[in-house]
Amino acid sequence: MDEGTKTIIDKLIKKHKPGENAVVSIFQDVQEQQGYLSEDAIRYVSEKLEIPVSRAFSVATFYSAFSLTPLGRNRVHVCLGTACHIKGADNIAGRISRQLKIKPGETTGDRKFSLHKVRCLGCCALAPVVKVNDDTYAGVSQDQVVSVLEKYR
Amino acid sequence: MKIKKMQDLNKLKKSGEQQLFPSGIKITVGLATCGIARGADKVHDAFKKELQKQKVKATVVPVGCSGWCSREPIVNIIIPRMPKITLGDVSEDDIPGIVRNLKNRHIPESKILYRTDAEENIADGRVRKYASASQAATSGKIPAYGTLPLFKKQKKIALRNCGLINPADIQEYVARGGFKAAYSAVTGMKPEKIITEVQRSGLRGRGGAGFPVGKKWEMARQAEGKKKYIICNADEGDPGAYMDRSILEGDPFSVLEGMIIAAFSIGASEGYIYVRGEYPLAVKQVTKAILQAKRSGLLGRNMFGTDFSFNVNVEKGAGAFVCGEETALIASIEGYSGEPVPRPPYPVEKGLWGLPTCINNVETLANIPVVLSRGGTWFSRIGTGKSKGTKIFSLVGAVERVGLVEVPMGISLKEIVYDIGGGIAGGRKLKAVQTGGPSGGCIPKRLADISVDYESLTKAGSIMGSGGMIVMDDRTCMVDVAKYFMSFLKDESCGKCLPCREGTQAVFEILDRITRGRGRTKDIEQLKDVCEAMSQASMCALGKTAANPVLSTLRYFGKEYDEHIKKRRCSAGVCSALIRFSINADKCIGCEACRKACPCEAVSGKPRKMHKISVKKCIKCRACYEVCPVKAVEIR
Repeated sequence: MDEGTKTIIDKLIKKHKPGENAVVSIFQDVQEQQGYLSEDAIRYVSEKLEIPVSRAFSVATFYSAFSLTPLGRNRVHVCLGTACHIKGADNIAGRISRQLKIKPGETTGDRKFSLHKVRCLGCCALAPVVKVNDDTYAGVSQDQVVSVLEKYR
Repeated sequence: MKIKKMQDLNKLKKSGEQQLFPSGIKITVGLATCGIARGADKVHDAFKKELQKQKVKATVVPVGCSGWCSREPIVNIIIPRMPKITLGDVSEDDIPGIVRNLKNRHIPESKILYRTDAEENIADGRVRKYASASQAATSGKIPAYGTLPLFKKQKKIALRNCGLINPADIQEYVARGGFKAAYSAVTGMKPEKIITEVQRSGLRGRGGAGFPVGKKWEMARQAEGKKKYIICNADEGDPGAYMDRSILEGDPFSVLEGMIIAAFSIGASEGYIYVRGEYPLAVKQVTKAILQAKRSGLLGRNMFGTDFSFNVNVEKGAGAFVCGEETALIASIEGYSGEPVPRPPYPVEKGLWGLPTCINNVETLANIPVVLSRGGTWFSRIGTGKSKGTKIFSLVGAVERVGLVEVPMGISLKEIVYDIGGGIAGGRKLKAVQTGGPSGGCIPKRLADISVDYESLTKAGSIMGSGGMIVMDDRTCMVDVAKYFMSFLKDESCGKCLPCREGTQAVFEILDRITRGRGRTKDIEQLKDVCEAMSQASMCALGKTAANPVLSTLRYFGKEYDEHIKKRRCSAGVCSALIRFSINADKCIGCEACRKACPCEAVSGKPRKMHKISVKKCIKCRACYEVCPVKAVEIR
């Protein structure tokens, strides 16, 4: 692991109250800053917090907020909540999949996009909903979603 | 300033009231997540810019969600001595015009939703007027708040401040009667007395299971431990429910006040709010609120000059539905994978780090200050025999007016869907209403008269749950709905116990087979068997209730399952393996919309000539169906 990553993690560990329970929060920060949890990062955090590597990996693989592979620069989240589902969210996800040529959970070869399914963003009144990074798109149609993606190319 | 005495609180209240009922013009913009998704942040900024440009003096204040989500962005304009005016569907382009008119104390009518002449503050029962009766009369043409069908049957207790106050300003919360209940409780009431009052109210947990809150507090009070915790469960994972998000984004102090009262009653000194990671704005607002409360001495050491000390931390969830289950939630705070453990012991005896822990849901806690300030008896008069108070529902799906509504328990499902929700959108027919999320079920149209309370919903094979209410019309396939929930549950099952891990997968596979037209007659029996095993043998509520969406659809929509299995047909036109798209020659106008929309060149045809869909090329994505202006695309 490069020294830069180490410094980042050291800083994050310092920010949180020391204690083994901080592992989730620290991983959240690493995920946010580095875009994924590398094996080195997971091992380093487990060493620093003095918790077994197995436990650190269990946490890293249990929660859907963590990715063990680098994500794309733009993260496309298709909401699959109940309201979105009955308003055709599957077809929206399908359209994005075909457009980007990746399945949910994958990242495009050029690392521009990664596609995620999310179980309800809590904007059910605006279904179907797609979120790209921090921007939420309400009531999107299959056509619209294609032009939305173009904005981020 | 640190709040020590009632006078201090009153001072804060005064300055807050000046902000709520200002001497100048005030504009509020609903800036909760759904508002922002519709561009409310741009509207907010545009107001600021335009007021400066046109040199009009007015304040612009962000507020939370007022519940009418389908009309976002929502803007309120408060002009002294005039009724408060609420505008809907406001866009950036409208702002210059609105500001220009403001100079003459005029509001253009086109975007007006309703007016508010006076507001009742449910925390103390007092009514505060915006305008005198004579002034209100001059606005007669504009409908008044209480007369609109959407609001007429609502009663807002937990949502009392959402959309009214700036969630990031403690003074405005205090101005609405906030922290008075906490002050009275901590400085003048015995914990036992508070618990009795909560018991008298009949308030039950709003997170799903409906356990009596007073009883839980009493158990936590009696439990022994060197330290006790209170946790606010804000891991609102049920798809289709967003009331907790709305409260945290629009009125975080109400939850904090509820936590203070709970902590004092059970003897807890530390609290956690476990918020879903998918709700970044809620995390932000609640973190801000804690900081402000600390600065005002409304959290921290020796609160209100007593020896009671209490602190609250925020924990952000990392995307696991099962963490809404209380033992999994605790595991997550402790820094483990969110896997539940068998109960008993219950968290009230042995919870966070093995110490007594009381876990209450967001909506439950938001009710607490009102229960205390108005009294348990007052609260218990609302609702039914065993289901007291109000419940918030996210009324979404195929309904005309989608939004967040708070209704007294005992109201009928029909009233919610038709009177409040305005009926089914697009003139279609009601088929079913799904309540309780993945642990709930689908209530068919013929039971629409059902009273909405804990017992009646359970009897109908569903549950109250956290309050998702998804209205489904005749284009919803109930087998597909069951499959949808099972797909959700198999993904979210933590995998610790076999009945849930394997059961959800097995049920999903059977349902998937049926929706693909490969179902067998014996599948129904097998579904029932696996469902029973899951319900009986799973360790936590996720697995125990996982069968509900399947069993309730089997119970009420068994014919649809039969149709899929025996006739290989999906009459709702949803299951893609069982449907075909075609163009009706009599209706087609040859506009080419479908040809252009088709992503796989399955539609052929020349301009102004009839179009055709190639069955071979069609991937059944519905794009053509959605764009056709004359409904010539048909599903069979």
